[in-house]
Formats: sequence, C-alpha cells, structure tokens
Amino acid sequence: MAVIRWMLVAMALMLAAGLVQGAAIEVREFDDPVLEKRYHSLTASMRCPTCQNQAINDSDAPVSGDMRDRVYLLLQEGRSDMEIRDHMVQRFGDYILYNPRLEGRTYLLWGLPAVLVVAGAVLVMLLVRARRNASLRALSDEERRRLETLINRGEGQ
Amino acid sequence: MKRRLLLMLPLLGFLLLLLFLYLGLGLNPFHRESRLVEEARAFPAFELTTLEDPERRVDESLIPGQVTLVNVWGEWCPECKREMPQLLDLADRGVRLVGINWKDTRDKARGFLDEFGDPFEVNLFDPEGELAFELGVYGAPESFLVDRDGIIRYHHTGYISPSDLREHILPEVEKWQ
Repeated sequence: MAVIRWMLVAMALMLAAGLVQGAAIEVREFDDPVLEKRYHSLTASMRCPTCQNQAINDSDAPVSGDMRDRVYLLLQEGRSDMEIRDHMVQRFGDYILYNPRLEGRTYLLWGLPAVLVVAGAVLVMLLVRARRNASLRALSDEERRRLETLINRGEGQ
Repeated sequence: MKRRLLLMLPLLGFLLLLLFLYLGLGLNPFHRESRLVEEARAFPAFELTTLEDPERRVDESLIPGQVTLVNVWGEWCPECKREMPQLLDLADRGVRLVGINWKDTRDKARGFLDEFGDPFEVNLFDPEGELAFELGVYGAPESFLVDRDGIIRYHHTGYISPSDLREHILPEVEKWQ
C-alpha cells in the first residue's frame, strides 16, 4: 500500500511540474472573444521552427514566443487569418504550416488522396464487372462436349 | 497476361512508396528553404543602432554596395564562438561582414568580440530581435549572403564549419561578386 501512496504522490508532483511549465507561456488579454479564439487556433496551426514538431502555442522556444507576439500584434491590427499565415510563411517558410497551402508544388499532396480513391473505385468496378461477365458466360456446345469427355475419362479411371 | 500485370500493380505502388520514403530519409531535417532566397527579395527594411556606437542609427541602405555576409550572432550562443575563425578568415579574404547582434546586451557582445576577434565592419544591435524576425531567423548563428544590389542570395542556417566555408560560402561569394 505504501508503494501505491508514494506513486500517487510522485504522479501529483509530476502533474504540478507540468502545470508550472505550462505557465511559462504568457497569458494574453483579449477584449474580443472571437479574436481570442482566432489567436488560439492560429498559434495551434503553426509549427515551431526550432523544435522539429511542436506548435508555437505549446513551445518554450524563444522564436515561438516571438511568433506568438507577432500573431497577437497582427490580430490587434485587424489582419485576417490568411494575411497572418502569409506574414509568417514569408519569414519562416512553408515548414511552419501544419496544413500546407494549395499551390503549384502542393497540388500533388492535396490531390493524390482523391486520385487514389477514384482509382480504387474504378478498379473495384472493373473487377466486379469482369466477375459478373465471367459467371454469365455460358459454355458453347463444343465446350460442353469437351467437358463431358473430360469428366467421363475421369470416372473411367 | 493482362491480368498478371494488373496483379503486379500493388507491388509497383509499394515499391514506389518505398523509394519515396527512402529518399525522405536522406533529407536533412534541419534544412529550411528560405522564401527570401527563393523570391530573391531585398534585405528587409530596418532601423537600428550599431553595437559599436549607441548614438549611430543605421537603416537598410547600409547593406548594398558590395557582396556582404550578414551574420546573426549572440554572446550566449556557443556555436557562434566555433564559427568565429571562419568569419575572420572570410574578412581576411576581403569579404565584407555585417553582424546582427541578436537578443544580447552591449556589454556582453563587446566582451565576446574582444575575446574571439571582430571580423565585422559594423554590428547592428538588435536586442528585441526585430530585424532577425523579418529575416525569419530562428536560432543563432545564421548567415545571409547579400549581393551588391542588396538582394538576399543565400541562407546558411547554423554554424559555418571550415568545410561549409570552402564548399558553400566561398563559391556563393564568388558567384555574386
């Protein structure tokens, strides 16, 4: 029992540490709840450039902090989400977007799943049709005679 | 025969996928292409004081004129120390270097230059990281090669090793000279 108690204490400590670490990310004041919502979705949709794979709303890297500052500032200036994303991509590249934008070199990326689904559907259709044709096809008289001789030969042995 | 070929299709697809993933393994995860270079954009506008003289305000007109390596550094950055000999070498070869002293204090930055040498013609003092943000800098050191017309031509992220100097920096300097 003592072991379990100690484990619970340890878990509580770890949780508390996590909360403290989370508090390192600044709290921002918004007059407008819509703006606040946009701030959260924007910062969750951008990848921190230094930390391989972490959104900037969740990263303690200095550059993420600067990017959050900039998102906040641009929102206060009344820029659209699109403009804010462009602003960041102009500086830090496509890498920071979790959802790549639709443009020349990403057509394949966005288009391939649809192409594959269509190709799969066509394939299934062809297979079904081929199978149906095969079962419908009747034997000709010539074929029937050959089949009978083959069966008879088998029984004779 | 046609049937058999059709059966081979999934295998073919799998092999293609394998090739694609294998090529992905060879990519450097730290490499980022820079929009500034892709779109051959001019060095961004700025107005900052210099590290050397807090009274002297400079702007983007400082950059054009000759091929310049703009190096982003800070006293707090250990890789910047390792990079210094290569930068001093570049300066010895007559390449113009402009520093951006990023998120630093004047005292510490000056101490750094006293200790490790000063290859820079001038250093832009950027304690808030305004200019570095416009350049999309996400870690020091980073370097940008700017041609005579002030267009950004090459972006190097991370420390410039002696081999980087030979294989990337010097050829680029030559190319835009």
